[in-house]
Amino acid sequence: MAANRGFTPVPWAAAGGDPPCHIVAAGGAAYGNLKARMEDIIKTEELGFDYIRRNENGEVECIVRAVDDVNISVKKGEFVVILGANGSGKSTLAKHLNALLKPTDGTVWVDGMDTAEDGLLWEVRRTAGMVFQNPDNQIIGQVVDEDVAFGPENLGVPGPELPGRVEESLKAVDIYGLKDSPTISLSGGQKQRVSIAGILAMHPTCIVLDEPTAMLDPAGRKEVMRALLALNDVEEITVIHITHNMDEAVNADRIIVMDHGKVALSGTPTQVFSRVEELLAYGLTVPDAVMLAYELRKAGIGIPEGIVTGPQLTEALINEYNH
Amino acid sequence: MKSIVLGQYYPADSLLHRLDPRVKLVSTFVYIISLFIVKDLPGYICVTVYLLAAVILSKVPPVKMLRGLSGIIFLMLITVIVNLFTIPGTPLLSFHGLHITVEGVYSAVRMMLRLVYLITGSSVMTFTTTPSALSDGLESLMKPLKIFRVPVHDIAMMISIALRFIPILSEETDIIIKAQKARCADFDSGNMVKRAKAFIPVLVPLFVSAFRRANDLATAMEARCYRGGDTRTRMKPLLYSGRDYLVYAADLALVTLCIMTRVML
Repeated sequence: MAANRGFTPVPWAAAGGDPPCHIVAAGGAAYGNLKARMEDIIKTEELGFDYIRRNENGEVECIVRAVDDVNISVKKGEFVVILGANGSGKSTLAKHLNALLKPTDGTVWVDGMDTAEDGLLWEVRRTAGMVFQNPDNQIIGQVVDEDVAFGPENLGVPGPELPGRVEESLKAVDIYGLKDSPTISLSGGQKQRVSIAGILAMHPTCIVLDEPTAMLDPAGRKEVMRALLALNDVEEITVIHITHNMDEAVNADRIIVMDHGKVALSGTPTQVFSRVEELLAYGLTVPDAVMLAYELRKAGIGIPEGIVTGPQLTEALINEYNH
Repeated sequence: MKSIVLGQYYPADSLLHRLDPRVKLVSTFVYIISLFIVKDLPGYICVTVYLLAAVILSKVPPVKMLRGLSGIIFLMLITVIVNLFTIPGTPLLSFHGLHITVEGVYSAVRMMLRLVYLITGSSVMTFTTTPSALSDGLESLMKPLKIFRVPVHDIAMMISIALRFIPILSEETDIIIKAQKARCADFDSGNMVKRAKAFIPVLVPLFVSAFRRANDLATAMEARCYRGGDTRTRMKPLLYSGRDYLVYAADLALVTLCIMTRVML
């Protein structure tokens, strides 16, 4: 398409010296200052989407509102986690960010581009790369480096530039050593990192991951999460991570909780995890440390609010004991 | 099923691994034609030298290559037996009204060698070439067909995806068979029809899953901006180098020698 012909590689590490986000994101005031300097990479306005089921005659049988009136915006360099139970609309929302689905109502902007506009389709997909759940069903190449090169090859990146892109992408997720391995021989965590590298090679500004850890074992989960945090920290790539594993949300800059197609809660992990009852009502669990702190507080032990991780809880308990 | 090594790439760094896939495809084709041209000892020597050179240069352990032959042992046995007993000529042995002739022995040996050479020769290619390089090579060789509106790129992409999913689907088949066995499915008794019917509960879930995988893969390809072959570039473009022309020369020499053994001797 026309948009592709004029493709110029965009340096993927964002220019400028923004400090890595989660250092500042925890405190509200500092976050506000930074906010002014960052621009929205993704913005949805009154986004709504209907799944329409038709019978054999093509008549509408039923309409399911999967996403309803969603207004979110994600800043450049943010690490956002979207949480939600099955059927909460989080995957449908994710597919809008990559223009795999087009909104029934409202608008989605990716880096200022309206995803409903056909001419911008490939540039939208390049800007917001997407990693899916099943590691086997998204690897196209037989060998790791061939798979990583698939995206940039589709973009028409000149051949001599490709090996460099593959190398930097594989190094960014720490699997350059597997460059020549057959993809079939990799572990789940390694496969997902190959998929992430395949997106990175397209030099995106933002990566959307739709439950990338759901089919992995705990070790694979850790590998993928470490890679994602490093990418966000070092390369300053915006990460939108969709999951229902609470422990993966603890390190986020911001958590968005979806329920029945709507945004139910939004805020920092500390803010979101302080609403334990609501989260449970949305069919979610909370991290063990949060749950324990909540129960202890309910039992009358003086634990302060806002505890998210195990070490924080330990510290609070020691303080309480010393008093 | 598992013993068929076709499409099993063996990673190594050898001259054959570095050859252009087009050269390997053409060479395999020339080699197979030569196999069918040769008839007697001098010809077989030519082909053997060519094959041995290829096997040695490929750095693939010969044991690995021979393992591929186990898949055709039955076929070889039939070929040998039929040839031994049906070719008329000077009798060598005879019992119970069956005659083994000298010509029959020659013919049996020839046919067996031919089969062994055929499988070994083509597995040299598949051992040293990644399936995606193979489909790239095919795509490039078939390019002239574009004039006749043959969707060359799409076919090559389909082949390489199919090859990638063979091991995944075969693993999945094993899982489904085990799952059905756990539900008391019986695959091992009864006549052919009954056994074939027993496989329906395996095939149905396998098909459903294959379609789901295809759908997922198509979405993933779209998300990575795949839109057909026209605007694509290549990380490893196919370029001929000196060694490729050398191998083409060797192919030409082989086929000429083989024809000469037929014509001159």
